[in-house]
Amino acid sequence: MEILGLLSSGLLEALQPINLLLIILGVTLGLFIGMMPGLGSVNGVAILLPITFLVPPASAIIFLAAIYYGAMYGGAISSITLGIPGASTAVATTFDGRPLAMKGRASLALVTAGIASFVGGTVSIILFTMFAPLLASVALSFGSPEVFALMLLAFATFVGLGGDDIPKTILSICLGLVFAAVGFDEISGAPRLVFFDISGFLHGINFLVLAIGVYGIGEMLWTIDSTRGKITSTEAKMSFKGVVSDTKESLQKGWTGMSIGSFLGFFVGILPAAGATPGSLMSYGVAKLASKNPSSYGKGNPNGVAAPEAANNSASTGSMLPMLTLGIPGSPTTAILLGGMVIWGLTPGPRLFTDQPEFVWGLIGSFYVSNFFALVVNLSFIPLFIWMLRMPFTILAPMIFVLSIVGGYAATRDMHDVWLMLAFGLSAFFLRKFDYPLAPAVLAIVLGPIAEPTLRQSLLLSSGDPMIFLNRPIAGPITVIAIILILLPLFKAISDKFRKQQNSDT
Amino acid sequence: MRRGEFITAGVLAALSIYMMWKSTELEIGYRSDEGPGGGAWPFWLSGIMLICTGMIAYNAVRRKSPPSQSTEPVLDTEGRKMLIQVFGGIFVFVALVGIISMYGAMLLFLFYYLWFLGRHTLRLSLIISVLTPIVFFFFFEALMRVTMPKGMKFTEPLFNWLNTIIY
Repeated sequence: MEILGLLSSGLLEALQPINLLLIILGVTLGLFIGMMPGLGSVNGVAILLPITFLVPPASAIIFLAAIYYGAMYGGAISSITLGIPGASTAVATTFDGRPLAMKGRASLALVTAGIASFVGGTVSIILFTMFAPLLASVALSFGSPEVFALMLLAFATFVGLGGDDIPKTILSICLGLVFAAVGFDEISGAPRLVFFDISGFLHGINFLVLAIGVYGIGEMLWTIDSTRGKITSTEAKMSFKGVVSDTKESLQKGWTGMSIGSFLGFFVGILPAAGATPGSLMSYGVAKLASKNPSSYGKGNPNGVAAPEAANNSASTGSMLPMLTLGIPGSPTTAILLGGMVIWGLTPGPRLFTDQPEFVWGLIGSFYVSNFFALVVNLSFIPLFIWMLRMPFTILAPMIFVLSIVGGYAATRDMHDVWLMLAFGLSAFFLRKFDYPLAPAVLAIVLGPIAEPTLRQSLLLSSGDPMIFLNRPIAGPITVIAIILILLPLFKAISDKFRKQQNSDT
Repeated sequence: MRRGEFITAGVLAALSIYMMWKSTELEIGYRSDEGPGGGAWPFWLSGIMLICTGMIAYNAVRRKSPPSQSTEPVLDTEGRKMLIQVFGGIFVFVALVGIISMYGAMLLFLFYYLWFLGRHTLRLSLIISVLTPIVFFFFFEALMRVTMPKGMKFTEPLFNWLNTIIY
């Protein structure tokens, strides 16, 4: 009951005129950002973060969270009409969304994506409201070993569930963690890893520099190279009547996907490093596995649109859970939100619920409001968004490059970082060609400054005995799960070999 | 692609070794009073990276990874041209920031991209490449109070004049 009281006061806070205005503006901007290839919620939130210093902190984070939400809706629009995902979170949406559009059912695909996003968002916010206060109260007792065990679990999810080449994934994680260590050693205060003694490295490698380099420049180059300007947009005719009948059809044909995506997405989103992209890919896979007719997937099954779209919205809410309750970002986007909160003088973590209840519940209330407005704006302006997508890529691309450079400079106000960003962008372009996953590196550079001190403090507590991560009641099980996840690909390889041998024997 | 896979692994291995060596500037072992030294974390992580590059190369030898099976070039002629034109353009843009200011460099880059690469009409190219820096200027300098690099001295009169509009 207490939660309901807090929630209603939070909803009232979110419905204040300035917040409501920022929510509508945020979801609209988010829809646009999510829709534009090469721009995702990470870039949008990163580039727009400094603008929010114009309004009070609570309103600022509500605005950024609304962008995050809107971007999850928007990604589907280009996945369906262009066949290229507007954001990595909408990659799985192309699998069935594009074939649907090719069959002339673009409108059904778009409506399914919108409805699924809304369902996923709503389910996850309810789960969030139930779990967040509970988790925060448990987390109040967490020490360094528990936090480090969580980090380990975060990285283990990439190795065990990421589905990419294992050595390349581990390399990417380590690279991000080492880059996070550049600058100063926090404990001894000594300069560390100042590459080639260039003074620009003394202030460390800001994670925005890597994120914009990878997601802004590298990914844009990759998009230009892989599409070669041959992007064809599919017409989508929308009418009020059509939307109503498509809504009915999408609910009928897509509800299994929606329910799988809503729940799976939320729990994958909670995992401190998984987030919306693996959440949506996994939900797509599970929906296909659970289907009676898996061969219809990839050919325009509405469930194939509903599952990833419900999942990415659900995961975005889920990723806020560890951010608010544990102080650990659940995704690159929440990492930036976390950075913003620190600048605004709010300490993320379990204490936030007891020290700043108005802020926390105002934000939770805004999730409900944002989700509703994202659906309304999405469904009513789909034709407008599609029209904007027809803007030639040769106008959009230079604009994104300009925004990346300016945003990268504004983040640290150092030209050294802009050059570094270019280097990261070019490297990311080539690494991507060789199937190196780069999301683990971006998350690792965010989590590195938390992971390293907690490891060192834990080892100091135990006087160097790593068993501290195994013999504590909460850290222990988390570490065991992490180790199992890391070993999972190995088990799979051995069992595959064994099976092959058996097959050749018989 | 196959050769590229080896080269990439080699470059990353060299980076790992460099980072391992650089980490040894600080204590990489365990100190009884301070816990693990400041260099330990990056040193051992770079070590894991080095092992990974070895595994990547081993997989490439056995032709286990998709890039090591592919016979396609990493970049064909068109891809190389794209990279030189687009990335080269961005490179020159950033290089010009220190000379003709962020806004001036932005203007030239946009015009180059729109008119030369995008083959848009001269009028559209000019409108976008002139208007964008102006909007950015007022947004960053006036609304957000973020000052962007103003380039060398000769740009001063222009920015002084623009600043009189803001203040």
